[in-house]
Amino acid sequence: MSTYHRPVSNTWWLKRKSYILFMIRELTSVFVAGYCIFLLVLVYKLTQGADAYGNFMAALKSPISVALHLITLIFVLYHTITWFNLTPKILVLYRGEERIPQGLVAGTFYVGWVVVSVIVAWLVLGA
Amino acid sequence: MAETMQLEIFRYRPEKESVPSFQTYEVPFHEDWVVLDAINHIKDEIDGTLSYRWSCQMGVCGSCGMMVNGVPKLSCAAFLKDYHPNKIRIEPLTGFPVERDLIFEMDDFMTKLKEMQPYIIRKEGEERSLEEGEYIQSPAELAHFKQYSMCINCMLCYAACPVYALDSTFAGPAAIALGQRYNMDSRDQGRDARQEVIASHDGIWECTFVGECSAVCPKHVDPAAAIQRAKVSSTVDWFKDVLIPWGKKK
Amino acid sequence: MAKSNEPIWWSLFSAGGMVAAMIFPILIIITGILVPFGLASDDPLNFERIHTAVTQNIYVKLIFFIVITLPLFHWAHRFRFTLVDVGLKSMSTLISILCYGGAIAGTIASAIVFWNI
Repeated sequence: MSTYHRPVSNTWWLKRKSYILFMIRELTSVFVAGYCIFLLVLVYKLTQGADAYGNFMAALKSPISVALHLITLIFVLYHTITWFNLTPKILVLYRGEERIPQGLVAGTFYVGWVVVSVIVAWLVLGA
Repeated sequence: MAETMQLEIFRYRPEKESVPSFQTYEVPFHEDWVVLDAINHIKDEIDGTLSYRWSCQMGVCGSCGMMVNGVPKLSCAAFLKDYHPNKIRIEPLTGFPVERDLIFEMDDFMTKLKEMQPYIIRKEGEERSLEEGEYIQSPAELAHFKQYSMCINCMLCYAACPVYALDSTFAGPAAIALGQRYNMDSRDQGRDARQEVIASHDGIWECTFVGECSAVCPKHVDPAAAIQRAKVSSTVDWFKDVLIPWGKKK
Repeated sequence: MAKSNEPIWWSLFSAGGMVAAMIFPILIIITGILVPFGLASDDPLNFERIHTAVTQNIYVKLIFFIVITLPLFHWAHRFRFTLVDVGLKSMSTLISILCYGGAIAGTIASAIVFWNI
């Protein structure tokens, strides 16, 4: 008399909302890599002289560039939010018997994010 | 005319069939009934051949885990009124081989629990004899691992874990949480012994932090957090081993 | 069961994930919206300014290099597991080689570009 092994579908992640959201979170890494490549090309154009670089920067105004940036931004923001929200699971801190509230841990990262963003914006745009 | 509900239940009788099927039963609907009440009603009044596990009916024994509309639940904790008037689909927990109807084979899970060495391990020469009295532990020290000691071995977390479904060599949420329960117990000195299992390829490193294990846990053990924390401590260990190889204690 | 060497990839994944989470959103807003639409002061990304900053300051190069390469390792680790999670476990060695190899290739390419500025 045999036990029955139920087959597992490769589309298991489509079956529940939580699994779909998980898969979207994982796919944000593709957009992260995409932006890395973009930054690398930007630096490469710097080595190719003012004209090449200037053309590259002008192309940023094209609808395709803006659209790709916006889509990438949405996915990268999803990465940021899911990333910070998971930090309290990893960073478990106690004051005596009391656990430091999870909202406080995640909140610290969000505050840090705003600070870093302001600094980066100031350095890249203004300084 | 009393209200009723339909339960579509997974059937598998190895002596009769080689593939499972579903059988639909009509049960009375009561506001205070849980799925287990409905299944007990089926067994008592409609079809005595239905096989399933249950015991305490109050969410502490961990026996009655099953898939309710594709979500792992304790059947004693899933209220009919949350699904009424729709049909409910009942299946054995995902990821485990099925013996009969809703009864699945839990041998793999039992093996994994044992492999975790789930008991206080003291170093050679550091055990206390009975005359020396108890190991003293403060409430703060207890707080560090108490959550992980609340596991009732119901295996809902394994059923929720897609990694385990795809590859049953994965140690799994409950086993790793149990390992952490002892690793974080101030009385225990056995972390190194458990690391052979926890820090292996089939241990924490198969986990992709889907997080569903913690979402379905009826006791709020949060095995996902236990696993990620083990990743951090195992990583620190690894760097120590690589960067300070002479610092190894034997 | 031997202890795994995953920690090296997981550390890079975590570091890259933190860099991407903290720094990428503002950068994307800068290169995708502020600069193209002229919303930032006076063409701040012009060739002279950026070229000078990168060539004259070793720290700018270093930070730029880290911002480009660490998130590549974040992608490599996460994407490797995504492919395994959709059922490609039988090809896991090949997948690992392609993913981490890709990140390493990107790192080498970045090092070459920065060396040549």
